[in-house]
Amino acid sequence: MEPISDLIRRLAERHGRERSSLLPILQGVVEQEKYLSEYSMTQIARELDLPAAEVYGTATFYSFLEYKKMGKYIIRLCKTITCSMKGENQILLAIQEMLKIKVGETTPDGNFSLLQTNCLGFCHKAPAMLINNEVYTELTPEKVRDILTSYINSNGGGTKNVNVSST
Amino acid sequence: MGEGQKMSTSHLLKRADFIFKSDNDWEDVLKKNLNRTANELINELISSELKGRGGAGFPTGLKWKISSEIKADEKFVICNADEGEPGTFKDREILSRVPFKVLTAIAVCAYVIGAKKGFIYLRGEYFFLKDNLQSAIDEFERYCRKIGFDFSISIFMGSGAYICGEETALFESMEGKRGEPRNKPPFPSSSGYMNKPTVINNVETLAHTYTIFKYGSKRFYDLGVQFSRGTKLFSVSGDTPKPGIYELELGMSLVDFVEEFGDDDTKAVQVGGASGFLVPRKRFPETTIGFQGRLVGISLPTGGSMMLFNSSRSMYNVLDNYLNFFAEESCGQCTPCRVGCQQLLKGIKAVKRGEKNAAYLDKLLKLAETMTYTAKCGLGQSVANSFSSIVENFREEMIY
Amino acid sequence: MEKRIKITINGETKEVSPGTSILDAANQSGVIIPTLCYHKDLCVAGNCRVCVIEIAGQKRLAAACATPCEDGMEVLTNTLKVRNARKHIIELLLSEHNADCTSCYRNGNCELQKLASDYKIMTQDFLDLVPFRNYTIDNFSPSIIKDDSKCIRCQRCVRTCAELQSVNALTMSYKGEHAQITTFFEKSMNDVVCTNCGQCVNHCPTGALTERNYIEDVWSALADKEKFVIVQTAPAVRVGLGEELGFDPGERVTGKMVSALKRLGFHAVMDTDFTADLTIMEEGSELLRRLKEVIVEKRGDVKLPMATSCSPGWIKFIEHLYPDFLNHLSSCKSPQQMFGALVKTYYAKAKKIDPSKIVSVSIMPCTAKKFEAARPEMRDSGFRDVDYVLTTRELAIMIKQAGIDFLRLPDMHFDRLMGESTGAGVIFGATGGVMEAALRTAYELVTGREVPFKNLNITPVRGMEGLKEASIKIDNPLKEWSFLEGVQLKCAVAHGLANAKIVMDTIKKGDADYHFVEFMACPGGCLGGGGQPIPTNPEIRKRRALAIYAEDVGMPLRKSHQNPEIIKIYKDFLGKPLGEKSHKLLHTTYIKRSSF
Repeated sequence: MEPISDLIRRLAERHGRERSSLLPILQGVVEQEKYLSEYSMTQIARELDLPAAEVYGTATFYSFLEYKKMGKYIIRLCKTITCSMKGENQILLAIQEMLKIKVGETTPDGNFSLLQTNCLGFCHKAPAMLINNEVYTELTPEKVRDILTSYINSNGGGTKNVNVSST
Repeated sequence: MGEGQKMSTSHLLKRADFIFKSDNDWEDVLKKNLNRTANELINELISSELKGRGGAGFPTGLKWKISSEIKADEKFVICNADEGEPGTFKDREILSRVPFKVLTAIAVCAYVIGAKKGFIYLRGEYFFLKDNLQSAIDEFERYCRKIGFDFSISIFMGSGAYICGEETALFESMEGKRGEPRNKPPFPSSSGYMNKPTVINNVETLAHTYTIFKYGSKRFYDLGVQFSRGTKLFSVSGDTPKPGIYELELGMSLVDFVEEFGDDDTKAVQVGGASGFLVPRKRFPETTIGFQGRLVGISLPTGGSMMLFNSSRSMYNVLDNYLNFFAEESCGQCTPCRVGCQQLLKGIKAVKRGEKNAAYLDKLLKLAETMTYTAKCGLGQSVANSFSSIVENFREEMIY
Repeated sequence: MEKRIKITINGETKEVSPGTSILDAANQSGVIIPTLCYHKDLCVAGNCRVCVIEIAGQKRLAAACATPCEDGMEVLTNTLKVRNARKHIIELLLSEHNADCTSCYRNGNCELQKLASDYKIMTQDFLDLVPFRNYTIDNFSPSIIKDDSKCIRCQRCVRTCAELQSVNALTMSYKGEHAQITTFFEKSMNDVVCTNCGQCVNHCPTGALTERNYIEDVWSALADKEKFVIVQTAPAVRVGLGEELGFDPGERVTGKMVSALKRLGFHAVMDTDFTADLTIMEEGSELLRRLKEVIVEKRGDVKLPMATSCSPGWIKFIEHLYPDFLNHLSSCKSPQQMFGALVKTYYAKAKKIDPSKIVSVSIMPCTAKKFEAARPEMRDSGFRDVDYVLTTRELAIMIKQAGIDFLRLPDMHFDRLMGESTGAGVIFGATGGVMEAALRTAYELVTGREVPFKNLNITPVRGMEGLKEASIKIDNPLKEWSFLEGVQLKCAVAHGLANAKIVMDTIKKGDADYHFVEFMACPGGCLGGGGQPIPTNPEIRKRRALAIYAEDVGMPLRKSHQNPEIIKIYKDFLGKPLGEKSHKLLHTTYIKRSSF
């Protein structure tokens, strides 16, 4: 992995050093690091000549810009109405039981973090979740266990189970 | 069969197939329309009576016209793909299945108002769409260069903030700031992204303009009913045997809708997502789906989210879920929305637990009214809709 | 002719210019609309919604501060709908606010409390949201206490820190129910770029941001029979204190303030204006020395422009944000710290008092002075030079606590030895004052003639313009200064750190050809300091400034070098400006700090 300061410099060169580049740069760091550390944010502030507090205030506004250390795979389980109606809690219990972590926690091996999120836009295929940027829909406890198992077995790498089917 | 459905009038559900129709003629549509004058195109849109499909329903032609008339060194077209309203998932389908229609519409808009730069603000949850959409943009830009049309489109990714669907919050976000809605006026048409005149349209609205520019306004105008012309995509979810996306003519009665999509046990329909209204069964006959001002009775505008609930559902839980959503997703700058949502949420919990008596709901209803009158942005003004409509219709479910 | 538009407010027709907000139009017509997030110093946020009003034909209410008048608009500010909505908003704000008013430092001067009182919010029906939160109180800074439980998220502090000061130590963080004002990663104010200027405190409508007060410490010192408690008062205090004690803004209360301090039990009441004059002697000499080093000796290590160093908010600003430019700063301590160093040396010796028994208190319009006094460099007397710093507001509290009827106090004079001052020392309290005072002395030192401005009033450096420039051509200097013959001495004055930033950026770019720049952290200079009475706004600052210049004109002596006590201290104690003793007691060094 690229050192963070190099990554940030490269992102700033690619997107530009205007304020309007802040989100793409934050996203670029999160893509590699999964979260924004204090160090990352000060580096970004330095690179864009922005006050560090502004970077912090902006980053914390967005749910997908984590500012606490996250695992390699971030599970974001949708908790909004339809997913909730269609058994989100059962999925949550299944994940918690399997990974032995609660919402907001990361597995000790640093592989998985479990979060809940608001509407993912898959209400017709509820319940849904994201693992990093991959979507998984129409989840059942069995299905979610299989998905996690595939991540654990491959340590994630090759799983491409994007079942974004159309209507 | 519900009582309402017996009273059903003749407004039948009319399916349509424009948006997802796979036609590979976007190059012709683009070229043809870039050869027309801006005024012609604006008039075409105005006579179609297309209204914004994001939920607010502002006349699209007028929006383009205002921006086209303002002189500025730089203007922008933005496609709002920050589809965050619970129960809405149509924009994702449009962008993944017919991206060229949207890109063409963005380009025509740019031509009309005199913009050289367009953006698609794509919500972070839809990151997986990005690569394919970018390839489409690359191809599209190549064609623009080929025909000598100077225009480019960039994708701007969101990062998980419902409020960024509000247009001025979206500008703030693109400018690298917290997505906090601005004061209006000024409106985007004169001062939007980077304080430049900006047309911002929902993905679906743009897709409809493609239909209009391809087939002419009459074809569109002839669909739907007065004040609510054309078709609309509906995202159907909840207790329904056939969840999914459907293109229907506007102006349908909720009775017919439920007949088509219900599970014979529909207790209520949430029209317009969490920020919309809950319609109980007894109100189905008097409710049509469209913009205000049509018939006697309730006419509900919507971004297309239709969530059905059957009699097994607790409306308390539904409301609790919505209010949790808003308490988290409010941007937090204005008092009525930030604090109001928390009060409504904690308030219904207190009533449910018996810590507050049932009369407290009336106080909260008054608060909901204040939130509607006083919040800074369109979201804040609508967060209490679901609260009011649920508490008014299912009060008994709220009480301990 | 400018186009005018017609609106009606509560039925009365009013003509206004286009772009006027409904709030301003109403105020011009004598209709008061309550506000909270609105402040005349700041951009319009429109987020508290307290100022909502009804516009005929519109279902929704509009925020008067953020809505421009339109021709034919009918505005209604006092309908049932408006009152009910406003009451709701106030109730909502109270519900997320720790409304334990009796234990609040701002009790009695809180804008939210006043609204609650005006609208008679007698019962709190809504649920108290404070217990649901994990609020913390940040009291690590020697200057400012931040109590999030009192915060109503109006963002006035955030806008102040960004717009007026360009410091950006504070930001809005998170969203929705979690939205709150924080620093970077929620660190203590003491550990971030905060300059301690206290403008956030002055602009906070509630008790969420307050000065760290040392009132009880000072009462204890006064009660301690072993201690000799000396007080100094900054120039801007005398034009602000009255506002806290029943006078209108702009009233000079110098004599009453001295009386009050004596009644409070201070053993000696002396004047920071004295060391303001001393600062001019030292800083003026330093400027001339630098000019010589640059012009004659061509020394590359000596930097121009020289920047003033009286304002500790400014000092911390440059230390954080322009750490490579510290060599532009004058090495002079601020008048407060010069005073502190002399009290426990010169004064102690002259009065034969054991300096370890002296408690040195200062009354300042400033919260940054609290931090400055606590800096480890500020112990040149062998003790902490200034023990306690009180703001103008804290002094007013003590006067009230002591049961002193301020309005009826007789006027008294400062005590001798370090109590004499000139008009030049007085104007330190206003933006441009240090510059003007320095020019009055330096010009005369160099040419032997008075500065060529009518009545010594160097008007180009006065006023509330954010950046001011002046230049004086030096003709016929005295022999010793002949290298300055024909030199256009170029000066600039910046007040408010946002303006300081503009000047520093030009210096950084190498585009500034100034010789001397006065920097004051606060808008208007010290008279608009973070420790001054609340409210402070453009109008009030103007009135305080008028008072300062009136005080100057009324002084028999108006040039620092004429101050007999200054002449005496150089003769008896210091020797000469920039001399060895001065160097030890009156000059200091600076620290590079992190910009994040």
